[in-house]
Amino acid sequence: MLAMEYRGPRRVRAVQKPMPEIKHPQDAIVKVLRACICGSDLHLYNGNVPDTRVGSTFGHEFVGEVVEIGNDVTKVKVGDRVIVPFNIACGECHFCRQGMFGNCHESNTEATAVGAIFGYSHTAGGFDGGQAEYARVPYANVGPTIIPEGMDLDDAVLLTDVVPTGYQAAEMAGIQKDDTVVVFGAGPIGIMAARCAWLFGAGRVIIIDQEDYRLEFARNYSYCEAYNFREIGDPVLFIKKITDWLGADCVIDAVGAEAQGNALQTITGRKLLLQAGSATALHWAINAAKKGGVISVVGVYGPTDNLVPVGNLMNKGLTMRGNQTSVKRLLPRLIEHVQNGTLNPKGLITHRLPLEEVADGYRMFSGKMDNCIKTVLLPPTVSL
Amino acid sequence: MENSKVNTPIDPRQIKGWGVDADPENDPTYPMRNRMNATQDPIPKNRPDNLQPVDTEVLRSVERPNISAVYGTPEPPKGLSGMIRRFAFRYTENEYLHWLPLILADRVNMVEGLVEDLAKGKVPNIWAEKGYDMDWKYKRGSLILKLSVLTAITAGATIWLSSGSKKSKTYKPKYKN
Repeated sequence: MLAMEYRGPRRVRAVQKPMPEIKHPQDAIVKVLRACICGSDLHLYNGNVPDTRVGSTFGHEFVGEVVEIGNDVTKVKVGDRVIVPFNIACGECHFCRQGMFGNCHESNTEATAVGAIFGYSHTAGGFDGGQAEYARVPYANVGPTIIPEGMDLDDAVLLTDVVPTGYQAAEMAGIQKDDTVVVFGAGPIGIMAARCAWLFGAGRVIIIDQEDYRLEFARNYSYCEAYNFREIGDPVLFIKKITDWLGADCVIDAVGAEAQGNALQTITGRKLLLQAGSATALHWAINAAKKGGVISVVGVYGPTDNLVPVGNLMNKGLTMRGNQTSVKRLLPRLIEHVQNGTLNPKGLITHRLPLEEVADGYRMFSGKMDNCIKTVLLPPTVSL
Repeated sequence: MENSKVNTPIDPRQIKGWGVDADPENDPTYPMRNRMNATQDPIPKNRPDNLQPVDTEVLRSVERPNISAVYGTPEPPKGLSGMIRRFAFRYTENEYLHWLPLILADRVNMVEGLVEDLAKGKVPNIWAEKGYDMDWKYKRGSLILKLSVLTAITAGATIWLSSGSKKSKTYKPKYKN
């Protein structure tokens, strides 16, 4: 089968690989119909996630058709079209039973700090991902959710990560009615987090980024205010000024390790790998929040350390929350939002490429070329 | 789509779905809401019934007692990078000796990948793998600049090294004891 293959930092290609096999009675094999390149894939692409082995296939955002099931699979059958949550969850461990499906303890042998994620290095379990024609999907009784009749596959594929992560970012921010919410990062997750902040009753939503085309997209898609941090001076001071000098009630870090805007962070975090990525957005988030405010972190950082003002976190009485998204927990509500038109996930898609051009897709997304927001990859068996 | 940098004030209540998921109890929010400790959990050590047979080398974090019920299989550790990874997994996730060797192993693995390609008679198409067609299409000036700088540095280094080697060959001390 055709699959994306990692060859080293910023080098990927499409190659023929062996078909995935059933390895556990709860496994299913899914024929991929849509796969996306996610912003967090760029951490892998840039070689910033430890234990990313040459030969791996990335891709944690995909939907497809079940073509084979293990002996114990009862919840899906061959022929079902399914949304595959990006995290792999057993549904039975201590954490899954608390609804923390993003923190399953029975799917990742190689690290305890993170649950298993499709196509996201051996640190996240070593599973091949969905940027391929076929993928092995463990725990098929738990994660895969049948795509409702009539739902567009482009909407469905964004329910695997982007929509739930944006939604959980807003949820973890503990937004109360009329709160001011600041979102750092106008990538797909940040744009969705800004859109979802309204669902929780935000009174004002502000998004900060450095790419004008993304800010313009966010203004239109998320109905929020949008500012370019290259044009507003110190973004923390700017936020204080526009919030009666108090700061934002809730701040969402939707950037993570690839942040720009602070030379020290960029050099130590991204170039020299002396930190687990550049923590500029988190640094700004802590300083831009109101005393007693809430920081919600969905931006992805590596497993070592980052330089952030922890003293201010304590002195300001902030609450900081973060997690990998519990996609399965959120799916029922989010499917409702998509079906009744409250959310329009496919509106984020700007590019569609054949899987064969995966290297171009990564380069374009990584370099923010051609006003790219979200790229969908289509295997050869699916028409563009 | 509009194309202006103007932020027009809006009435949030006009936005479809405004406040539909508002929850005054959402503070603190998930996952604290459903939190239970091990003593509150009737089966805190529950595992799936079937375990994936271990038929390949799986590196296990020393912070867990066993191999998880399922695991990924695609790229078992091998070669020099595999040796470095095995070393890394002797240490906890709390130690740099776990993570830094893994990053080193990734870089070694990249070289191993190149060697493996060449050994199979396949010369990797670096231009295509790096997606430089996109740079050529959308950021041509920047790509040309990068390639020019790289060429200049390479040429400069080559000239410097070759002139240095000539000097060292022809070097004769001015004074002799």
